[in-house]
Amino acid sequence: MLSIDVLIAGAMMVSLTFYALLGGADFGGGVWDLLASGPRKRAQRELIAEAIGPVWEANHVWLILVVVLLFTAFPPAFAAIAIALHIPLTLMLIGIVFRGSAFTFRSYDRRTDDVQRRWGRVFSMTSLITPVLLGVIVGAISSGRIRGEYSDFASAFVSPWLAPFPFAVGFFALALFAFLAAVYLTVEAGDEALREDFRLRALASAIAVGVMALVVFLLSENGAPAIRHWLTSSWWTWPLQISTAVFAVGAIYALWVRQYRMARFSAAAQATLILWGWGAAQYPYLVAPGMTIYNSAAPVITLRLVWWALLAGSALLFPSLYYLFRVFKGGRAT
Amino acid sequence: MDDLLAARSQMAMSLAFHIIFAVAGITTPLLMLIAEWRWLRTRDETYLTLAKRWAKGTAILFAVGAVSGTVLSFELGLLWPEFMRWAGAIIGMPFSLEGFAFFTEAIFLGIYLYGWERVSSRAHLGAGAIVALSGAASAIFVVIANAWMNTPTGFRLMDGKPVDIDPIAAMMNPAALGQTIHMLLAAYAAVGFAVAGIHAFLLLRDRRNIFHRHAMAIALAVGGASAILQPASGDLLGQMLARYQPVKLAAIEGQFRTEQGAPLRIGGIPDEESATTRHAIEIPYGLSLLAFHDPKAVVKGLEDFPRDVWPPVAIVHVAFQVMVAAGAIMALVALCGAYLAWRRKSLPDSRWFLRAVAAASPLGFIAIEAGWTVTEVGRQPWIIQGVMRTAQAVTPMTGLKIPFVTFTLIYIFLAAVVVWLLIRQVAESPRVYAKPVIEAERNAPQLF
Repeated sequence: MLSIDVLIAGAMMVSLTFYALLGGADFGGGVWDLLASGPRKRAQRELIAEAIGPVWEANHVWLILVVVLLFTAFPPAFAAIAIALHIPLTLMLIGIVFRGSAFTFRSYDRRTDDVQRRWGRVFSMTSLITPVLLGVIVGAISSGRIRGEYSDFASAFVSPWLAPFPFAVGFFALALFAFLAAVYLTVEAGDEALREDFRLRALASAIAVGVMALVVFLLSENGAPAIRHWLTSSWWTWPLQISTAVFAVGAIYALWVRQYRMARFSAAAQATLILWGWGAAQYPYLVAPGMTIYNSAAPVITLRLVWWALLAGSALLFPSLYYLFRVFKGGRAT
Repeated sequence: MDDLLAARSQMAMSLAFHIIFAVAGITTPLLMLIAEWRWLRTRDETYLTLAKRWAKGTAILFAVGAVSGTVLSFELGLLWPEFMRWAGAIIGMPFSLEGFAFFTEAIFLGIYLYGWERVSSRAHLGAGAIVALSGAASAIFVVIANAWMNTPTGFRLMDGKPVDIDPIAAMMNPAALGQTIHMLLAAYAAVGFAVAGIHAFLLLRDRRNIFHRHAMAIALAVGGASAILQPASGDLLGQMLARYQPVKLAAIEGQFRTEQGAPLRIGGIPDEESATTRHAIEIPYGLSLLAFHDPKAVVKGLEDFPRDVWPPVAIVHVAFQVMVAAGAIMALVALCGAYLAWRRKSLPDSRWFLRAVAAASPLGFIAIEAGWTVTEVGRQPWIIQGVMRTAQAVTPMTGLKIPFVTFTLIYIFLAAVVVWLLIRQVAESPRVYAKPVIEAERNAPQLF
């Protein structure tokens, strides 16, 4: 029987998954804005802005939900992460602030090219940097280097994250988000040439995702030995690895044969499995080596209330989200 | 600057910045909703233009509010991890609920802003109403968490740790009701007056412009009504303070001695060294009357409490005076406006009244910043009143000057950009006139 603390940790994983699939793709859109090129440069940027505009703020709230659930249900884990990762978290926040503001300023500032280009550059650069920092934070949490000892500045606040493994996870996250965005944009593109642009981008970033996955795996030997151990020698290791690989290959195949909706489904499934594989390998640790879901959980009364709030909130949230996406993402077929 | 001061400064600056956008996110949806509703009722195109203009303003302000709010949710841990470790399980609940309220607001704002041509006019109006409601709900939940810091309930202390936690009781803390009402009214009053003031200023130059007349009428109705109601919620908070935060009340009033029939001090400068408040106008029995509704009541002075739990008295007292003065002027302008509107059965547009509304434009925001100074500085040295000191809550991280300066510069930059974009929105305002004067106005000099 699942205990309530595990259920809430599961809800956090669900939120994180939605953040990666939706908010992550918004970041990925910014990457493709930066890399817009060729004869349809302007059309690419317009498609990205149109795709992100109505939904980015809602997509962004998934991250806030993760944070709020973490500090309500597992306060000591939140405190430990906020202390040890002060620097990358602060940098990520700066990225989030500039990305959101610049995107909005671009939408509402003058339509002249130089003004649009200036805000566009801020938006796209921060879309590149922020996911890397997000990945660095996730990588650092997984690496078992947050020990809650403050002997000197470097070991307390720098070495938990300034290492090859967290940065490899950062670039993995960037590649994955760019891949998701490119795949989604093939579905949303209005004309064939534009769709072909993003199809090529999706295929290229699929390769980048594969390469970075390999790098992360290799570096995990020293960078996150515990995670690597569970990822490679649990009962679920092979089912997980094989199904992730099936969806990864499936996404590439679907892109190849121009079955864009199938590609979108496969890419999202692949990303979801990567995240849940990480989550399963991390279980039961929230912040290895000291804090587990069990020993850092809030009292049961808080967990129960949070659970009820989650159920009630979801009853409100999911129909609203469905409506939002139906209004803006429905009606365009491949 | 030591790290504790840097952390406090960063938090203060982040809150002072965010509150401007947060109150805009509560009130501008209400204004655009009223304008759209008027458009659907009257089919007067000016209202539609107005709703779309306000929607644009809302989009800009909401985006900056959303990202600066995200920063704050992380800063709770980045700056005050020991507070969150201690209190997360007790007051995380309203933040979780706020998360869903914010979600709803973001979703339906997306539909409102981008959905003019995609959903029916009814659904569009409904989306606007949900944005306005969930914005208010967000504010209520966050302020409940702050109220708990002032009057912590819902737990028992055992060896310095909280036991028998009850998050619902924590949400129902004594300050919650008064503070949430006070903040909501403040949000409506401040933004209502700011918007009304801008349009009053433009009407002074272009008196018959119907666009500005409609805009000022809606904004002044929302802001004025709230400003008139605000003193009642202030009274509620005053009584709460007298019971639960007597030190804060004493600092607010510059009341050093414990006194029966204490006077209300208007103005004046408290001096902690000599324990006196000089140059104040004293209204006999005023404080006892306000705090306890009894002119003979005993008001505790700061002398009854050890020096190390006094907040910085002068700051709290002066900030309170500023808040009350700003609020009083707004209420007065609102009452004048209501009287004139009732007498003339139309929008009051005499020059002196327009000037007064334009001059009152920034007062609501000044009052909000001053009021939060009273609440937050007045609670010092505590982060949780009587339970945990701010100094115990701060992160062990050093060099906090750097993020403080960085975020300050970023926020100054963002504020400048937002002001610039909004000024352009206003400057491009349409020139709409009632039918008979169109010909005459065509020859009028251009304003912008």
